[in-house]
Amino acid sequence: MRTNILPDKVSRNSTLWYSGIFLIIWVVLYNNLKTITDFLTESVFGLKAGTHLTEAIRFFIFEFPKVIMLLTLIVFFVGIIRSYFSPEKTRKMLEGKRTFTGNVMASSLGIVTPFCSCSAIPLFLGFMEAGIPLGITFSFLIAAPMINEVAVILLFGMFGWKTALIYVSTGLFIAITAGWVIGKLKLEKWVEEWVYSTKFGESNVIEEKINLQGRIRFGYEAVKEIVGKVWIYVALGIAVGAGAHGFVPEEFMASIMGKSAWYSVPLSVLIGVPLYSNAAGIIPIVSVLIEKGASLGTALAFMMAVIGLSLPEMIILRKVLKMPLILVFVGVVSTGIILVGYLFNYVF
Amino acid sequence: MQKHTCMEIKILGPGCQKCKTLEKVTREVVSEMGLTAEISKEEDIMKIMSYGIMNTPGFVINGKVIFSGRVPSSKEIKEIIAKNQ
Repeated sequence: MRTNILPDKVSRNSTLWYSGIFLIIWVVLYNNLKTITDFLTESVFGLKAGTHLTEAIRFFIFEFPKVIMLLTLIVFFVGIIRSYFSPEKTRKMLEGKRTFTGNVMASSLGIVTPFCSCSAIPLFLGFMEAGIPLGITFSFLIAAPMINEVAVILLFGMFGWKTALIYVSTGLFIAITAGWVIGKLKLEKWVEEWVYSTKFGESNVIEEKINLQGRIRFGYEAVKEIVGKVWIYVALGIAVGAGAHGFVPEEFMASIMGKSAWYSVPLSVLIGVPLYSNAAGIIPIVSVLIEKGASLGTALAFMMAVIGLSLPEMIILRKVLKMPLILVFVGVVSTGIILVGYLFNYVF
Repeated sequence: MQKHTCMEIKILGPGCQKCKTLEKVTREVVSEMGLTAEISKEEDIMKIMSYGIMNTPGFVINGKVIFSGRVPSSKEIKEIIAKNQ
């Protein structure tokens, strides 16, 4: 058994080396993607430039590796950053925080704390047990799924850094205000009674000591897990995008999701809430919507509704929250999303 | 560390995909190492909470939480089990 455990120093150095080589290859490939795509479509496949089919194929061959490469790189770094955070540490940081400061902190920590909606219950119980107010807990629960790294990278890859930044800041804004509003409404009575009587065990988690090599390994694990899971959705989404690229007429969506229709924002939120998809699947579709005439605010609102409010998460939360509180939660967050949608349509 | 005659490994998780994966990998690793260990899965949320974790899956050896919220590689699980034997 001993043989496969390398001396720490050797394995540490090789991990760093591999990461360095990986980074160099990444940069070279990424910067030459356009050339490679053109070479593949025109010289290798011998397609004639300018036709719908060629452009659709070119679009796919360019976008798919681009998005996957961005995804791999950022998920890797986010994995490393996340290794510095845990729900336990986040809870400790939020204990005893005042309303507004607490909401801001909880929303920001929601971005970096590793969280999956299947752990929503233990997390909720843990926060309640530590006496963290309901509103602050909600700020966390809203920010964590909505502002996830996959969404941000895909937005960055397809629309540029401004849209990505807008998404993060409005997402934060919604999480902070919605949590604040829920806190002000004093809805503790709508939390299932048993929650308050849950005995939370002494946290006997042994703090794992992690060195840089270990953190890089966390990064690799994150890539394996996330990219391994979402690549197919990215491929499908971009294929739909590529298909629409040459074939669906421009301005197709303009009448339903364009700026001129006042009802477009609430309507797309209404459609988006029951729909559930991960960020990887929805963003290429959003990109098609925008290309075909949907306005940015409407498309972003649709996307936030799909990612941020999901039926499976509601069903999980129903175990700890009574129905009225779930409805308030959905109501407050949807209102926030609708306001953001209108704001964007107005500004851009 | 105190030697246990039979190692007891518990996977804490309400039944999400990650928890199932962790259980599967753990079973594989244990049989590969030729150990006799009692592996079980704890799905009752109240019992899970009694371990004080906030992120599933949790990995418990002989009543001690070793890590939570992630699925390490089988190589790392092997190291962890070897260390906590």
